[in-house]
Amino acid sequence: MPMPEWLRLRRAQPVPVEDAAQWTKCPKCATMIYRPDLAANLWVCTTCNHHFRMHAFDRISMLVDADFNEIGGELAPGDPLGWTDKVPYPQKLERDREKSKLSEGVVCGFASIGGHPLALAVMDFNFRGGTMGTVVGERIAQLFERARERALPCVVFTASGGARMEEGMLALMQMAKTTMAVRRFHDDGGYYISVLTDPTTGGVSASFAFQADVVLAEARAAIGFAGRRVIEQTIRQKLPDNFQTAEFLLEKGALDMVVERDVLKETLVRLLDYGVGGKRSANGRSGAAVPSAVPVPPAETPA
Amino acid sequence: MNVIVEREKGLLQLEQRIDELKAQAAQQPVDMTAEIEALETKYAQIQREIFGTMTPWQRVNMARHPKRPIGSDYIAALDQFDELHGDRHFRDDHAIVGGFAKLNGRRIVAIAQDKGRDTKEKVYRNFGMPSPEGYRKVIRLVKLAHHLGLPIVTFVDTSGADPGIGSEERAQSEAIAQSLSELAEARVPIVASVVGEGGSGGALALALADRVLILQHSVYSVASPEGAAAILWGDAARAEEAATRLKLTSDDLLAFGIVDEVIPEPIGGAHRDAAGTIGHVLDAVDRALGVLSAIPSAELRERRYAKFRRIGAASA
Repeated sequence: MPMPEWLRLRRAQPVPVEDAAQWTKCPKCATMIYRPDLAANLWVCTTCNHHFRMHAFDRISMLVDADFNEIGGELAPGDPLGWTDKVPYPQKLERDREKSKLSEGVVCGFASIGGHPLALAVMDFNFRGGTMGTVVGERIAQLFERARERALPCVVFTASGGARMEEGMLALMQMAKTTMAVRRFHDDGGYYISVLTDPTTGGVSASFAFQADVVLAEARAAIGFAGRRVIEQTIRQKLPDNFQTAEFLLEKGALDMVVERDVLKETLVRLLDYGVGGKRSANGRSGAAVPSAVPVPPAETPA
Repeated sequence: MNVIVEREKGLLQLEQRIDELKAQAAQQPVDMTAEIEALETKYAQIQREIFGTMTPWQRVNMARHPKRPIGSDYIAALDQFDELHGDRHFRDDHAIVGGFAKLNGRRIVAIAQDKGRDTKEKVYRNFGMPSPEGYRKVIRLVKLAHHLGLPIVTFVDTSGADPGIGSEERAQSEAIAQSLSELAEARVPIVASVVGEGGSGGALALALADRVLILQHSVYSVASPEGAAAILWGDAARAEEAATRLKLTSDDLLAFGIVDEVIPEPIGGAHRDAAGTIGHVLDAVDRALGVLSAIPSAELRERRYAKFRRIGAASA
């Protein structure tokens, strides 16, 4: 299948491994792992199979066929509340930008996976705990709107501590905003797969994470509404270890599948294939899909 | 300890003293007018001091005032109410009360979060913290309203969705996510009124609406001040500080475009004139429904989309 021009703009690059920290300790089994080995093993512990939290661009390069065309990268958060605690909010953002090499808590764009063109969003816990503020909400909403225009399926990887406190109610309202965009995309026949990664909680789990047609989770990811500590404080007892894990949610019927990272890409490709030729699908085999006749709009050039 | 209740104590004593003096004055020939007037002036002065400019933390306490009208009070003030129970799956959640109703002759579907008044009722209502079944009842009622073309009226008053084990087991997140999704899609007017506490996603799940009204001293927040303090600083005791920073008062929310209208409360708070306050809220709801009902449903949905689409877009 020919690659549309807007897909070819940016090559997904793995995040360079810092020389200074060549060895990493597995938080689960405490094994010291040589970072290039860890990266080569998709950030899964070579000893205990613990799934490390992934950098958004590592995730993207692990998944996409070739190129990734980011959208919304130019959006930067303001400081609507004039928030200061130990440090002013803009300073926290600056620190996180430096630390994470990301402009915000989610990276959105267009790519193809196993030959399926799609809209892809990957959240990153390294940036403010993956919390959803105005920029995360705006980028997600834009992605679903563009995916709808282009009749592409949407895949979203969530990793979030919930709504971002420092943006107050404007952050909470992003639950409403993303919901509106997802619902419109859905009602128009869009196919949406979410992949819940460690951790997915609060306002993100209670909005677009659980609004997908198919909801997957990475093995052993922590998923829930309330934080573990909040529940323990409320009920004044310790929770069992498996509480709020992906496997627990699967058992309770809240998820479609729990997937190990090494088979994640092939699983996604298979699932994406079931959506081909659906009501709205740019690469629909049925030929009935309306949007194939619509010219693909050019990608927006970041300001 | 509720700081408003504490501060009210002095006032209530004064109030009692004035009443006593008035009663005495009526019975005795002694002229106590000057004394009564002095006390009344003092009363008004203290009242102004307490309620003239309230800090965000005082507002939080006012929103949680034990005498503040609660969800069921608003439901009871409707012309007619036929409660519909249950989520059709697991159980009936008493933290959410909903059903068919009439407001000024208009047929509506009314949904309220209810905290309960006395201890027994609070437990019965789970302190107004809905479980997934509560949100699934909301989903069902929203679908019903959509099906019958009835406008939806909600009353928001919760510290947040229930954070218990059972709620997690039955997918609280999914229930809230789907409640939001149903409200996004419903092709009928939706008016939400934040009448007490609007705590986080558990409140928003009833407030994705065409018009969002709020009582003057109600608060609506990304997390409860205690929750935010715990998340930010690992110390729920810093709730007062969090309340100040979160910009959760009705004035802040109006300035941010998150609420559309602030309904004034009598001096001293809604509980000083519960019936009057409830009447003002219902009048505002009725006015909003009047405006929204004239809008074709397709346009209504476009407007709802645009309303939430633009929040936070400007700063981005």
